[in-house]
Amino acid sequence: MSRVRADEEEYWHSSKFRAFTFDDEDDELSQLKESKQAVNSLRDIVDDDDDDLERVSWSGEPVGSISWSIKETASSSTSSLEGRDSSLQKGSSSYAAFPKQVSSYSLSSLFKGRNKLPSFQSLSDALSDTGVKNYAPELRRPKAEYKDYSNDWSPKDTVRRMQRGKVCSLERFRSLQDKLVLLDEAVAGHDGNVITAVLIFLKRTLRREILFRELEVRQVALCHLIHFLKETGEQKLLLDLLRFLDRTEEVALSQYREHLNIQDVEKRKEFLKGCVGLPFSAEDTSHIQDHYTLLERQIIIETNDRHLEKSGQSEIFRKYPRKASILNMPLVTTLFYSCFYHYTEAEGTFSSPTNLKKTFKIPDKQYVLTALAARAKLRAWDDVDALFTTKNWLGYTKKKAPIGFHRVVEILQRNNAPVQVLQEYVRLVEDVETRLSLATKYKCHDVVIETYKDLKDRIQLTAYKCKVERGSAEEEKINSILNNMQIRWKN
Amino acid sequence: MAAGGRRDAPEAPDFGLLKRLARDQLIYLLEQLPGKKDLFIEADLMSPLDRIANVSILKQHEVDKLYKVETRPAPSSSDQFCFLVRPRIRTMRYIADIVNADKMSGRSRKYKIIFSPQKFYACEMVLEEEGVFGDVTCDEWSFYLLPLDEDIISMELPEFFRDYFLEGDHRWINSIARALQLLNSLYGPFGRVYGIGRCAKMSYELWQDLEGESEGDGQGRKPEIGNVFLMDRDTDYVTALCSQVVYEGLVDDTFRIKCGSVDFGPDVTSSDKSIKVLLNAQDKVFSQIRNEHFSSVFGFLSQKSRNLQAQYDRRRGMDIKQMKNFVSQELKGLKQEHRLLSLHIGACESIMKKKTKQDFQEMIKAEHSLLEGFDIRESTSFIEEHIDRQVSPIESLRLMCLLSITENGLIPKDYRSLKTQYLQSYGPEHLLTFHNLKRMGLLTEQVAGETLTAVESRVSKLVTDRAAGETQAGSVLCPKHCTPVQIPRLDGEYDLKLPRDMAYVFSGAYVPLSCKIIEQVLERRGWQGLEEVVRLLNGHEFSVSDSTAEDSADAQRVVLAVFLGGCTFSEIAALRFLGKERGCRFIFLTTAITNSARVMEAMTEARA
Repeated sequence: MSRVRADEEEYWHSSKFRAFTFDDEDDELSQLKESKQAVNSLRDIVDDDDDDLERVSWSGEPVGSISWSIKETASSSTSSLEGRDSSLQKGSSSYAAFPKQVSSYSLSSLFKGRNKLPSFQSLSDALSDTGVKNYAPELRRPKAEYKDYSNDWSPKDTVRRMQRGKVCSLERFRSLQDKLVLLDEAVAGHDGNVITAVLIFLKRTLRREILFRELEVRQVALCHLIHFLKETGEQKLLLDLLRFLDRTEEVALSQYREHLNIQDVEKRKEFLKGCVGLPFSAEDTSHIQDHYTLLERQIIIETNDRHLEKSGQSEIFRKYPRKASILNMPLVTTLFYSCFYHYTEAEGTFSSPTNLKKTFKIPDKQYVLTALAARAKLRAWDDVDALFTTKNWLGYTKKKAPIGFHRVVEILQRNNAPVQVLQEYVRLVEDVETRLSLATKYKCHDVVIETYKDLKDRIQLTAYKCKVERGSAEEEKINSILNNMQIRWKN
Repeated sequence: MAAGGRRDAPEAPDFGLLKRLARDQLIYLLEQLPGKKDLFIEADLMSPLDRIANVSILKQHEVDKLYKVETRPAPSSSDQFCFLVRPRIRTMRYIADIVNADKMSGRSRKYKIIFSPQKFYACEMVLEEEGVFGDVTCDEWSFYLLPLDEDIISMELPEFFRDYFLEGDHRWINSIARALQLLNSLYGPFGRVYGIGRCAKMSYELWQDLEGESEGDGQGRKPEIGNVFLMDRDTDYVTALCSQVVYEGLVDDTFRIKCGSVDFGPDVTSSDKSIKVLLNAQDKVFSQIRNEHFSSVFGFLSQKSRNLQAQYDRRRGMDIKQMKNFVSQELKGLKQEHRLLSLHIGACESIMKKKTKQDFQEMIKAEHSLLEGFDIRESTSFIEEHIDRQVSPIESLRLMCLLSITENGLIPKDYRSLKTQYLQSYGPEHLLTFHNLKRMGLLTEQVAGETLTAVESRVSKLVTDRAAGETQAGSVLCPKHCTPVQIPRLDGEYDLKLPRDMAYVFSGAYVPLSCKIIEQVLERRGWQGLEEVVRLLNGHEFSVSDSTAEDSADAQRVVLAVFLGGCTFSEIAALRFLGKERGCRFIFLTTAITNSARVMEAMTEARA
């Protein structure tokens, strides 16, 4: 199972092969910038009659397109299309690829007398090399006009006729055997539309237990009936069918799915409570239980917080008004919310982060990530600090994290943490290269300087001097290190 | 590759005809309801319709107001309503509600439903149940095929994927068969048909059945398309789930190309408005970069902008007459090019910004490790962290699926823990999503007790098996794995600017399996020697040649690649590349353009 290879580590550091990445494309990005400048510099010459150009070449959604027009109807549903005539004409040039429509001819006449094709340019073009031919069987009269109530079609012929969209009466298939032959023919014909049509007939004319029994040995037809029942929303029959088939897990899921249609939270909560007893696997039962518990908590939190927010007594809500309600949000979002608004609460309250962590057995990693994001967003750097500080048995403090410190840095950076804070965590990134690249990227000069010092890399350190400000403390530091005779430089 | 015998690929047939046919039939249907009428259009049909007709055409045929289906219509005075819809139960109920409301208020109108591409019996049943059967007339608009570009035809049926592969519903097979019939009658007869997958086989059989009765059609005509290859999407999920790195694929992953056009927002246009842009071979800039690996795009764009600058600069030394010529003849073209360039540069910038932000690099690395079967623990914890940080539900799901497919299921402990964390991060209702993915075989749990070697199966073997070089399947399909990406090749780097095989569409790390199969089968003119591969892919392969069909040399080199369940731009780029190498032309017919996000979204249970 373990396919780790010895040379693979080496590869990532030493190989000549480099997968294309988006990160280190300095060259190309600057190329891109150059191109952009070049193109922008031309803008003055070009921009004068933009609009004209748009009509010629940008026919994505020109004035006069259907999508455009529907949006218009939506906004002013009373105006008819009449008034748009002029703008439509302008737009029409983008469709120049098609022959201009001659409004006076009637297509119906064309289709009634197929051989008379006087002024119909586009079609005659198309047909020029093939002669007048039945090139598109679909373009005949609408199929609805074919009616055929003849009674002597065999099951096979019936199916074939239905595949071609013709109306066929199924009423004469009365014996169970006839019905089943018909169904088997439909399945053999591969047309799901016809299979469903036959099933609708069977469903109407057979007792359900008999239908179910026969479908059990006809899996393709069974899939069609299940899908049909799902689409038409015949939930009760669907559940009966699934129970008959002993597909208990599907019974449970199918019922659980219904909660999505319940808008009222109290009702939804009650419904979910009922779902806990459904025949799910043990694992899923606990997920359903969690879903119910979560919504229950959310309702409590929501009621309290809405009240708190309204009363205006709580500073945090005044400072950061809630953007949305917490109802029906995922657990992690709820945890974030509680780390944001209720961080210091005692474990006893439903809204406290620790309570959530315990109730839902949230793993450390997940908890730390979420708490970090929430506290960093509030710029509560002390909390961030406390999150990673552990004391060992001698009483020394140490920084530890269940996630990589590079991830911590990333999250802090995204929340605009000041360099002093950032620096502290960049320093803790274990991998030297990652540390260097992060430190350089976020201008944590001290970390860069110290790392080069540890690496005894005089060349890089000297080169870094130009990245720090002239006469700054950093420059001084570099100089003093470079002048330090004690260090045995590797280069 | 086959550079020695390189010939120029034949031109693609003219698919403009398909647009005209669709438009003419629509006009015919509208004329079946003479007089002024309001038209209600299904949201999904609006963009396709826009590509073949416009408002003035509808207006010429007495369409008064246009509405979107699903919005309550404003009280309308029109005596006739026409509905242009997909055959869906929910839409039928919407229409029935309108009809019944009119009946209640004593209003009498004519109603016509035009189903596209076809009517379903279940829809009629609903109309009957709702008591409006007979009040409405029904018609079909056989709009099966929308040419999106010179070489891409889409059926615009994204729902095919879920309907067939998840629900096991065969309802669209008829539409596919009819689409094949139409193409065969216009551009065939097809001399050879290959296929793999159950749906491919069924579609082929139903098509043949339909062909059976339209006798004499196309006899003696010179075919333009000689070969057809039908493939089910479940033959190769891996390719569909990979991050795309060719330009067109990246644009699709980043901005979503819809029906051949894309909305570039303010961040791309560097103005306050968004611009809708058609992306196809007509776009002189786009057509040159669409198939390129993203890393080669910058160089091209900067070269192009330098040229453009030089062209403008020429006008400095001009006298009046030359200037006049310049303005009347060249300026327009230059302006257009300028416009295109600045848009694609903007798009590149925006892509770079997004990709560097969401640690794309780490993700690609994890993805490549998965494809190689390396570092499984590391990738698993990468996915875990991705979930914990609530980055993107779709991305997390995609990575889990890739892990599952390449490892032939997750070990139970990982499955449980990732699932639990996923539900905690993105919502408990995704329990339903996990169930869907399990049914599809996209995300499964290894069966306890069985070791990987005992189960060794299917795609996981084809994609990652380290020893694949020795097996027949491996040697045919996975030459990559004899020289895995981790180990530098003998000649050093894979030059993405000068790709030597289809692997370039995934940075040289992996040849899309789907395309590799097509290549191999075309080369062998059948499945001989691929028995092992077929076995791993669950069979249902076929290869038929029609001896009566004339073999024109050009048609022989045109291949219609049919993707049932969607095709990605990476696959299109890979096959275009293959076509160039082999001097043949690939035409793409797909139920819809897809990508990893669309595949995942189709499996996701939405919050109501």
